Amino acid sequence: MSVFDGLKYRKVYSPIHNLDPRMKFLYVIALFVVAILFGQIIPLLALFVLQIPFVLLARVQKQWLRSLRGAAFLAAFIFLANIIPRFFYSGYVLTAADWEYSVAMTLRFVVLVESFSVFFLTTSPDHLGLALEQTHVPYEFSFAFTTAVRFVPVLAEEAQTIMDAQKARGLEMEKGNFMKRIRNYIPVLIPLIVSAIRRSLELAEAMESRAWGATKKRTNLYALKLRRGDFALLAITVGILAVAIYVYLFVPVPTLVQLFG
Amino acid sequence: MIEVEDVHYVYPNNVEALKGVSLTVKDGEFVAIMGQNGAGKTTLVKHFNGLLKPTQGTVRVDGVNTKKTSIATLAKNVGFVFQNPDHQLFSETVEEEISFALKNFGFEAEVIEKRLDWALNLLGLTQYRKTSPFLLSGGERKRVALASVLAWDPQALVLDEPTIGQDHEQKERLRQFIVQMQAQGKTVVIVTHDVEFVAECNPRVLLMKEGKIVADGEGKEILTSPEILAQSSIVLPQIAQVFMQLESLGLPRDVIDIYEAKEILLKVLKERRK
Repeated sequence: MSVFDGLKYRKVYSPIHNLDPRMKFLYVIALFVVAILFGQIIPLLALFVLQIPFVLLARVQKQWLRSLRGAAFLAAFIFLANIIPRFFYSGYVLTAADWEYSVAMTLRFVVLVESFSVFFLTTSPDHLGLALEQTHVPYEFSFAFTTAVRFVPVLAEEAQTIMDAQKARGLEMEKGNFMKRIRNYIPVLIPLIVSAIRRSLELAEAMESRAWGATKKRTNLYALKLRRGDFALLAITVGILAVAIYVYLFVPVPTLVQLFG
Repeated sequence: MIEVEDVHYVYPNNVEALKGVSLTVKDGEFVAIMGQNGAGKTTLVKHFNGLLKPTQGTVRVDGVNTKKTSIATLAKNVGFVFQNPDHQLFSETVEEEISFALKNFGFEAEVIEKRLDWALNLLGLTQYRKTSPFLLSGGERKRVALASVLAWDPQALVLDEPTIGQDHEQKERLRQFIVQMQAQGKTVVIVTHDVEFVAECNPRVLLMKEGKIVADGEGKEILTSPEILAQSSIVLPQIAQVFMQLESLGLPRDVIDIYEAKEILLKVLKERRK
């Protein structure tokens, strides 16, 4: 549950929540690009730190930390997946550079997850749908997207109920070796998928009986408009990108090993 | 025996669902837990097989503190049938579905075979043995879910909303089935909104409201007192309503059983005729 809580939108009034989702999305994409661009610890650390004022301003630090914790398992996996091959490849020794590289790759993952988390924590599904529509994504797609987002917590809750039901029938999820543990998820996943499909069919019928798609051109009660804050965010995004590209092209980024070693 | 002692339960999202609940369910008792949505009924019964552990207070099942043992161990004594059968059905055949728990509990192959036949027969599912549970109707799926729990013959059975979406015949079957369980000295706890069903069964009734037990007593007593029921927005069973209207004729108020009602009314009619 904690992983989903780190992505679930909560209604809070903050300057970040009021921003246009399109601009926030651009900002997140820019962070993605920069994180992929650099493999060294220093710029990745800078990217990580850069998000902290954003999170504080949005007052979602608690949920944000929770998503960090949720990502910890995968982060650990990425760290091991990086360091173990290096260990064998370099003849059973690990240099400081190996450590640094693995930490940097893990940090890159954390940065990607965090920017994603901030975006979803501060953007309501409704706004997101509106943003998609206003960027001329066909309504069918934007509707499918917002519905999917909206059903994530519902599915998470359902998964919990299913797990309870199977535990009540003596299923011990934590028992057995690695393969057995994976197989333990079958009794949870099948009911979850079946009920998701069933739910989607029901939803489709309910939508159609409420004349979904009857008119080709829909109008919206609210329309997104770019405000001063949005332009400020755009400026920040462009700024980050410009600095990143300049550094990438013209400034050799030192690794920590080169700096101190 | 299930002993609940001053249990508080707070969900991870800080909602306090139980605020000091104490009760004892003796072996062989039949209890119906009623109350509004969100009163804490399901939260309470999830403590009976250790799915939830109290934040404060203790729950003991046959003298064992649920905090000190695993769900799998407790589940063997306390069977729990969830409201929605679709939350547990996953096997390719009804047969496999029912033997799932038996395998989990480590029964031997012969025993599994025997229990399987017994459970299939008990709930009239023998002809669906090799059918996929997903192809069955809602009522049949519910029966498969019930059979999959009964198969290991637990001492106590918790049924969460067993009558939802069931036709009258299914409900009657369920009632007879509960009577049968009672005859075998099994404990049955049901969570329900179905006043008429409770009136027909006349179990011990526990009324919950906002995480507390507000009334505990015989079904006949609780289901006929509008003052108690009103606070949980439960309507009196129809027979009780009729008898309340007829109070001026000198009829008793605490009638929920249809046969008792018939006897009383016949007596009144006969006296009038004389």
